[in-house]
Amino acid sequence: MSDDHLLPPDPDEVSEMDDLRVDPHRESDFEKFPDELTHEQREVAGLSQGQIVRKRFFRHKGAMISLVVLAFIIIVAITSVGAGPIPGWYQWQHTDLIPPVQDEGPTISVVPSFLGGEGLAWGEHPFGVDNQNGKDLFALTMRGVQVTLVVILVLALLSVTLGVMIGALAGFFGGWTDSVLMRITDVILILPLLVIVSVAAFSFGASGLWSVALALGLFSWTGLARLVRAEFLALREREFVDAARVAGASPTRIIFKHILPNTVGTIVVSTTLLMGAGILTEAALSFIGFGIQAPNVSLGALVNDYDTAFGTRPWLFVFPGAMIVIIVLCLQFIGDGMRDAFDPRQKRIPKFKDLEKKQEETKADMATRPNRMHLGG
Amino acid sequence: MSAPVLSVDHLDIDFWVDGVWYPAVVDASFELDSGEVLAIVGESGSGKSTTALATMGLLPKNANVRGSIVVDGTEVVGLDQRTLRSLRGRLASVIFQEPMTALNPVYTVGFQIAEMLRSHQAMAPKAARKRAIELLDLVEIPNPDVRVDSYPHQLSGGQRQRAMIAQALALDPKLLIADEPTTALDVTVQAEILKLLRDLRDRIDAGVLLITHDMGVVADLSDRVLVMQNGEIVERGTSSDVFYRPQHPYTQQLLGSVPHLGRLVNAVVAGDEQRAAAIAEATDETTTVAPVTAADRIVDLRNVAVEYPKRGRTPAFRAVDGIDLDIGPGEVVGLVGESGSGKTTVGRAIVGLLPFVEGEADVLGTSMVGVSKDDLRAVRRDLSFVFQDPGSSLNPRLPIGESIGEPMLLAGFDAKAREDRISELLDQVELARALRNRYPHELSGGQRQRVGIARALALRPKLLIADEPTSALDVSVQAKVLDLFQELQREIGFACLFISHDLAVVEILASRIAVMQHGKLVEFGPREQILTHPADPYTKRLLAAVPVPDPEAQQLRRQERDALIAAGADD
Repeated sequence: MSDDHLLPPDPDEVSEMDDLRVDPHRESDFEKFPDELTHEQREVAGLSQGQIVRKRFFRHKGAMISLVVLAFIIIVAITSVGAGPIPGWYQWQHTDLIPPVQDEGPTISVVPSFLGGEGLAWGEHPFGVDNQNGKDLFALTMRGVQVTLVVILVLALLSVTLGVMIGALAGFFGGWTDSVLMRITDVILILPLLVIVSVAAFSFGASGLWSVALALGLFSWTGLARLVRAEFLALREREFVDAARVAGASPTRIIFKHILPNTVGTIVVSTTLLMGAGILTEAALSFIGFGIQAPNVSLGALVNDYDTAFGTRPWLFVFPGAMIVIIVLCLQFIGDGMRDAFDPRQKRIPKFKDLEKKQEETKADMATRPNRMHLGG
Repeated sequence: MSAPVLSVDHLDIDFWVDGVWYPAVVDASFELDSGEVLAIVGESGSGKSTTALATMGLLPKNANVRGSIVVDGTEVVGLDQRTLRSLRGRLASVIFQEPMTALNPVYTVGFQIAEMLRSHQAMAPKAARKRAIELLDLVEIPNPDVRVDSYPHQLSGGQRQRAMIAQALALDPKLLIADEPTTALDVTVQAEILKLLRDLRDRIDAGVLLITHDMGVVADLSDRVLVMQNGEIVERGTSSDVFYRPQHPYTQQLLGSVPHLGRLVNAVVAGDEQRAAAIAEATDETTTVAPVTAADRIVDLRNVAVEYPKRGRTPAFRAVDGIDLDIGPGEVVGLVGESGSGKTTVGRAIVGLLPFVEGEADVLGTSMVGVSKDDLRAVRRDLSFVFQDPGSSLNPRLPIGESIGEPMLLAGFDAKAREDRISELLDQVELARALRNRYPHELSGGQRQRVGIARALALRPKLLIADEPTSALDVSVQAKVLDLFQELQREIGFACLFISHDLAVVEILASRIAVMQHGKLVEFGPREQILTHPADPYTKRLLAAVPVPDPEAQQLRRQERDALIAAGADD
């Protein structure tokens, strides 16, 4: 902490505060005019919006840890069993029939040897084996992670496109556009998603990965549309929208250039929440027998298949289940971090402990310099 | 002399932000006696509100308070929450700035006053209600026994503020903190509330700590004045000392920045040319424009009405009716009125943001009644708008250079021409060119409003509508922005409709003034005539209600105003 911050600013400097008629070479010299800025403004002085968002996001520990964990899961899932042209390093595929083994349980070990464990070891079948069907559970789970992630990515893309378009049009234009679009949204909103998707899957005979992803995406944009509409309703009354109008901007330009960037926070956050919910919906669909079907697997389908094994062979249930929980948690944390990062009014409230420590330090500091208040005046 | 009700000694307040202490109040010491009004004056960020909140122990927890605050014999610094709670309301209470938000909208005012009474003393509901009615009577609310059951939204702005004062007085506090008590109110309502506060001062036994930025209010009400700047008390003294013999350069600058209603016009009318010239030079008076012929009027409104279009089942609302208004080339016309008078509506209708539904409206030669989209776009090339709140009128996600360049981009300028013009405009509004890549939240209020003006001037408009461009700014910043505005107006010569609630600001800028009330134009004429010989009773009341930053002159004005109201009551 530099002493300058404690000193009241020089009055001569202050009277010129609003008057930025300064030498142009001193462009980033915000230190000279700090006093009209609030405390939060000090924190962000001189950074662009993107930099501020990035800085805030990186400061969110939960989001950063989640990002690393999610990246690790994706890399392992793709490289282990392979995807499309990418060959996998793992010895079995989810379609492979493997001979029954003596000990079905998981062979993965994470307890180090000095604590009495077997050290970090992968083993023959890390997540265990399903002897009845002749499947290796690690291969199944990794494939399941791939399928589930594809489903929620498609879901997110579709929902964002539809939800933002519909919400933006309804909120910006209002009137009958709003009425028509919102009644359509209401109709879709009140129909139970599970029933719709399972009926759609049943009547079109589609139960593959892509049809499930499409069906989910086409019916889960409603919440996003309502949120975006509400944001547009509030933002279109703001004066900067009128300013753009007076400048001659077309509705398209106002929507995409002026209003939409201001709703990014809401969109990003509700999309991550939607993705989390999508995993669970897909799991529920597979659970009731629609959605992804054998021989293809998704995490939801695995949990469904092995729910009866919970008492006797828990690993069959626990590993895919844990994967779902971890992925959803990671998405939620990342969404949380993004919400904080995109909110320009975010303030950090100091922790009470830090605050007390600081107060003690400052008291000691003050005591050594009793005449500090006379320096600046 | 008894002990002071409030005594502050070597008070330091710092805020801890991200590991750094920022001083908000530095070494403040003052005393306040019973029956006295002490005003703390300063601009935003000067620490005046922080000081007041500290006396009630209401600061957030990242504040560090050192020194001593004694309220009626009780040391407040370091007191625990429980004791503080019993002290608030009983020893000291606060009148907040915004009565609509400070009163809870779901409870009646009577309930809220009774709650205050019953949380501090054992009192039967009936007795509390009776006392609430007495208090409402004390603050001169008509029909207090009916009004006690009203919800805040059923009262007018002035009555809400009165109800809040009644609540603050409920327990006969020794110390009354009035935090900008009239800032949110219209000027005629403000005059009534100030009158009430002055009357109450003689009737209740309390010291009043008045926090305000308005020198007129200070002149009207206070006995002693503290001037704060950046957390320090730079000047203290009796009202007349501070107003007539200011010592500190900041106080002098502050008093110099406050527009003083009537000063310029009186000098012009009195024929005192030397003095008028001096004042005109000091305030950069706009030269009076010769009367314009009907042919070359920039704006010509004849008997127009403006409606807010109907929305769903809400019927269309006619905000403005039967207005005649004209603006000549290069002329500045002031449009004044209180909130809800329709002045902003007129401005928005002229730029086509709202439709004229009746009459004839010619703007830059185009008839705006039922104007087509293409015509509107063509007209907007030559007119622009400066908005009231610079924080809201700039897109938070665009760097300011891009905001300024927007009208040019849409008018089809190429990138090079835009860049050059942006630099030129930044120079004109006296902002560093390097600021063009900054975002609005990184600028101060005054800088943001300069950006708003630069954007409005980008296409060299023939007509500029300025909607209260300085009302969100501190006085010294306002003075600078007004100076800049006048300079640019003279240089570029655009015609301007200057909308404001502040007669003193309009007096400096406009050659003709239009006064609006309830959607109607009550008076329109040359500045000197409106300000010295107003014909309409509403204009008279409006003029009488403006407090001037001069205690003696204000006292005279107050008596005149009381006489005017008494005369009005006799009619």
